[in-house]
This record gives sequence, C-alpha cells and structure tokens, in this order.
Amino acid sequence: MAVTVHIPTPLRPYTGGSASVDVEGATVADALAALTTAHPELQKHLRDSKGRLRSFVNVYLGDEDIRFLDKEATPVSSGAELTIVPSIAGGAA
Amino acid sequence: MIRFEQGELERLWAHAREGYPYEVVGVLAGTAGHVTRVEPLVNERSDVKNRYRVNGLTLLKAERRLEADGFQILGYYHSHPDHPAAYSDYDRDHALPNLSYVITAVHEGEVVDTLSWRLLEDRSAMRPEQLAVTEEAP
Repeated sequence: MAVTVHIPTPLRPYTGGSASVDVEGATVADALAALTTAHPELQKHLRDSKGRLRSFVNVYLGDEDIRFLDKEATPVSSGAELTIVPSIAGGAA
Repeated sequence: MIRFEQGELERLWAHAREGYPYEVVGVLAGTAGHVTRVEPLVNERSDVKNRYRVNGLTLLKAERRLEADGFQILGYYHSHPDHPAAYSDYDRDHALPNLSYVITAVHEGEVVDTLSWRLLEDRSAMRPEQLAVTEEAP
C-alpha cells in the first residue's frame, strides 16, 4: 500500500527537507518502519530506546489519532495519509 | 543565537508572572531566528506546578495560524516557577532538535533569569544558546 507520511517542520532536516514522504506498508507500523529505514536519523526522535513511539509523538491516520484506533497495528489502505504531530511537554525536575 | 524583539520578551515575562506558581507555555514565532511574536498557549497540566503540556492538535492549529500570518515556528517557551532556568531531564526527553526552548525562571512571582536551549542531535543533552534583545521595529 502506498502511504504518504507528513513530517513536522523540525524533523524535515532528516528527510532532505521534504514535508512528506511516500512509503509502502500494510499497517502504521510498517509505514513508519519504511520511513525510518529510508531516513534513519528520524528513528531516535520518534522512538525511545525500547522502540516505543515517544510519548509526545502523535500519529494520525487521516483525522484519527492511532491511539484510538488499533495503535501501530492499524491497517492502512492505499493512498492513506499519516501525519506525525508532536505535542509539547516539559517542566522543572 | 535567538533574538527577541524587546516587547515580545516582555510579553513572555508577563505571561510567566501571571501564571506563577504554575508553569506557562507558548510558541516563539518570527523569522530567521528573530522572535517577533510570542503566542501564549493554555497549559493542560494545571494539576501540578512543575509540568506543562499542550496536545498536538491544539499546537498544530496555533502553528498553522501563525504560519498563515507569515511567521515561522522558531521554538517554544515555558516557565520554571521557583526553579532555575536550566533544562530538566524531562524537558530534554520531550524536546525535538532544530527548535529553541526558552526557559524563564520565576522566583516568588518575579522573573529572575531567561535562558535558551537547543537539543543536540543525539538527544544526550541540550546546549545553551545565546539570547539577545532587539529594539522593536518602528
């Protein structure tokens, strides 16, 4: 399945400046794996050392947060659009 | 280096004082490393005094509005009530590279320090970034 992944601005230096990347995959996990295979520097910013998506990294399939679908196992159809939407968080110690 | 139009830095400080003893958060927008718009956001973590959070969609909407007005997103700011303007491990864990993270320390309701930080590519630390103030354009 051909899927388009939209990349947030601060991560575009790792996709050669591209705002979106077309990848192949049957699930969200497949598509993200194809993305980080093509652009390996994205991996450490999207996932923690255990390979989990970082807590501030949200992934939308169309308008739906994948957390409310089947998370990364969510199937994607051809032409689907995935959008990486960082939230911001932080605070003193 | 990140530069602030003086009035915008003062807006950031006013926001930090108003929010005390809670953390406040907002977007730093402008062009070419020059902040010409400080955009306060609502901190979703009002349950504790040492955290901030803004969900992705709320942030995306605010950023799209700013971009439509011709601004670039240069980074974010937040306050550290009764705590130094140094970044915490929690700040580092939640940061992205290629953005400025400005932290302003508010002690007993008064702004005492403001520092800017940028995440290293390997995520191991944040490096301090020089912060300068510019006169407002006439």
